[in-house]
Amino acid sequence: MATLTLDRKLAILSDAAKYDASCASSGGQRRDSRDGKGLGSVTGSGICHAYTPDGRCISLLKILMTNFCIYDCAYCVNRVSSNVERARFSPEEVVQLTLEFYRRNYIEGLFLSSGIIRSPDDTMADMVRIARTLREDHGFRGYIHLKTIPDADQRLIEEAGLYADRLSINVELPTDTAVERYAPEKSPDRIRRAMADVRVLREARKERSHTGKRPPRFAPAGQSTQMIVGADGANDATILQSSTRLYSSYHLKRVYYSAFSPIPDASFALPLVRPPLVREHRLYQADWLLRFYGFEAGEITAGQADGNLDLAVDPKLAWALANRHRFPVEVNRADRETLLRIPGFGTRTVQRILATRRHRTLRYEDLARMGANLKNARPFISLPGWSPRGLTDTADLRARFAPAPEQLSLF
Amino acid sequence: MYRVDLPLTGTFAAWRDAARGLIGAGVRPEEVAWQRGEGGADLFGAAPPPMAEAPGLTVPKSFLQAAQLVAWHRDPERFARLYAMLHALQTDRRLMEDRGDPRVVRLHAMAKEVGRDKHKMTAFVRFRELEPLSDRRRFAAWFEPSHYIAEPTAPFFAKRFGDMDWSIFTPDLSVHFDGALRFEPGAPRPDLPEDAAEDLWRTYFRSIFNPARLKPAAMQSEMPRKYWKNLPEAGLIPELIATAQTRAQEMAEAAPTLAPARARPVLERVHAAQAEKLEGRDQFAAALEGCRRCGLWENATRPVPGEGPLDARLMVVGEQPGDAEDLSGRPFVGPAGQLFDRVLAEAGIDRATLYVTNAVKHFKFRARGKRRLHESPSRGEIRHCRWWLDVERERVKPRLILAMGGTAVESLTGTREGLLKRRGGIEAAEDGTPLMVTVHPSYILRLPDRVRQQEETARFREDLQRAAQAAA
Repeated sequence: MATLTLDRKLAILSDAAKYDASCASSGGQRRDSRDGKGLGSVTGSGICHAYTPDGRCISLLKILMTNFCIYDCAYCVNRVSSNVERARFSPEEVVQLTLEFYRRNYIEGLFLSSGIIRSPDDTMADMVRIARTLREDHGFRGYIHLKTIPDADQRLIEEAGLYADRLSINVELPTDTAVERYAPEKSPDRIRRAMADVRVLREARKERSHTGKRPPRFAPAGQSTQMIVGADGANDATILQSSTRLYSSYHLKRVYYSAFSPIPDASFALPLVRPPLVREHRLYQADWLLRFYGFEAGEITAGQADGNLDLAVDPKLAWALANRHRFPVEVNRADRETLLRIPGFGTRTVQRILATRRHRTLRYEDLARMGANLKNARPFISLPGWSPRGLTDTADLRARFAPAPEQLSLF
Repeated sequence: MYRVDLPLTGTFAAWRDAARGLIGAGVRPEEVAWQRGEGGADLFGAAPPPMAEAPGLTVPKSFLQAAQLVAWHRDPERFARLYAMLHALQTDRRLMEDRGDPRVVRLHAMAKEVGRDKHKMTAFVRFRELEPLSDRRRFAAWFEPSHYIAEPTAPFFAKRFGDMDWSIFTPDLSVHFDGALRFEPGAPRPDLPEDAAEDLWRTYFRSIFNPARLKPAAMQSEMPRKYWKNLPEAGLIPELIATAQTRAQEMAEAAPTLAPARARPVLERVHAAQAEKLEGRDQFAAALEGCRRCGLWENATRPVPGEGPLDARLMVVGEQPGDAEDLSGRPFVGPAGQLFDRVLAEAGIDRATLYVTNAVKHFKFRARGKRRLHESPSRGEIRHCRWWLDVERERVKPRLILAMGGTAVESLTGTREGLLKRRGGIEAAEDGTPLMVTVHPSYILRLPDRVRQQEETARFREDLQRAAQAAA
């Protein structure tokens, strides 16, 4: 194999990393380099330094250490049976790229992932070495996200958590059956256990020892995961159930949904269709309802016969349309939980309503100034200045929100 | 009419001091004209304002937070708006909480615009490397913000790039850092030398873009065009958009290729290594892991097998793993397990001599946000899992089984009826093994009354002691 230039390696190994949706750089432990002895800071909320025309942000230098891989996952561009061009960074190259990009304010830090070479332990050890070099030899205080390899030794995961702000382990697909079918070398059991281990380690490191000293934090920005949507037959009800389980069992910060996207040199096993971007978007909206709006997975998809989210309207609106007996809501009297269920009301709007309501009665005109989306909210609320009258129960209410159906193509 | 001149740097602090004095002197908002920087047309009749101490002047935190941003807004009326609000707050202390009041709404909107501009500055400044002047590396950037935010945003860069010298030039103000922050007047765009890292950065930008997911509107809403001219990567955007569809289509149309020759031997080695790893394992645990007798496996992390020597004389059976057991894979390590351990220690029993297990091997729960709420296993689940308990009993052949709680008693004797009456007595399990009934430690943990808890703990300890004696 001819020696590749650094530029060529970067092209191959960032191209190989782009199917990972996660880019967050938030929630790390706050720190900075004001003392002049190192480089970098973490402010708590992440910064998106650039956006590519796919609408995704660039926050971290997201690369693979290598795209050589001994596994054969059907959905992955780097599987052993694919003919893509292969490359491998030396640890020093990853360190230098990270630092030089960081110094020019291109990135918040590094998101390092890798194909599996030789063995899971060898690969994980190399990744940990890169993180350690950045932290210890270069005083790097920016953000580090390591994609951990579920089959790697627990001691390596433990060490990874000392250097990384966030760890992630991809569950890959929403059901065990799908993982076994499309990623035969991976074990859903091992993936779950690895996530359990990370939660246990994080919680153990939060407790003070008997001397009252706090141990070094373990992955202070928590763990996240990703599942590919649209590669297997799982419906949205199954996917959301799966997320609920992941959030409650392993205290994940985020579950990322990644619409299965055509890849170069694709496998026979999977269809090459346009990535279901709208579905992905609806899943994120539903995920938000689970985490911030007090919804349970079951009720979000309850109104849909096939267990999939309504693609034409957002999941909260779909839920409200299916539960009209609970509306209209009296905005001046309803409790927080009920307000959060009104379409067009976000958590901030609700917060503002509650704060203002303590002093005076709200009028309809106030709501727009508080950030409510009145087009969506109107049929579901009543307050001085507005009453929906029969609107809440009109038969064509859904049609008012849903875009006209696309004409079927004959060819 | 009074006139207040505010300096180009330290503007917010100067406004705050002046405003405090004016409130103290009882000056009404319409009596003041505010001006930042020197020059500007002299206002007719403008006189230096009267200032007075304003003892006990306090403002709501939300006003202060908004004011710290609004003071840097480009709107020429910003200082007057802030002073008008400060003045209004003196009579209506809770005005800021009224998110429907147009003045409050406007103030928050301005604060948000400045906040966003500051955030975009932290995101879109692009440094280029210069020749160093000392042993610290040196960088510089040109940036054109929408508001006067170079000064309030400078500390962010000072904290982030502490080990290098840097300058950020903006039309309004120049910021320099060499360990300490220094401000100078604004400058025209400087001629910064080429930086080779920008080529690598462009390579990264081009490669991380997925042409199958083109969404240019989403990109522009977060990275508006006004910033593009100073971003080295932005020049690639038109080409990336123009070729995206063709690239995606080519991927879709390309026929799948045959796997390279090396793939097969590599996979064979992987499969052989994975099979070898499984071989040396305990047969019982391995079989249990594949259990699909009921649906509980689906939500659990793993089954939790019993733990202890296979020649144990006493076998202790609980209900099912909980949150902690499910995570660690070991029985009785959560809160109930800790109580169990404590009482065992008090009773002088070594846990290492017992075989400890559960009637049901997977954790049954209902997910509620970040918590997993314990749910009792159903009759069917207990029956299905009985198969595994039987295997464990067959392997250990204990002299006595201690069944803790209803689920264990039901699994081993067919019924949980009269549990508290049966407690402490020795009966026979369905296969004839002597069995003693007691409560589950979690029952003790749930008792609300401390005294009852102590009584029950003492009884539980006696049960354990008697079971240990009977099994000896």
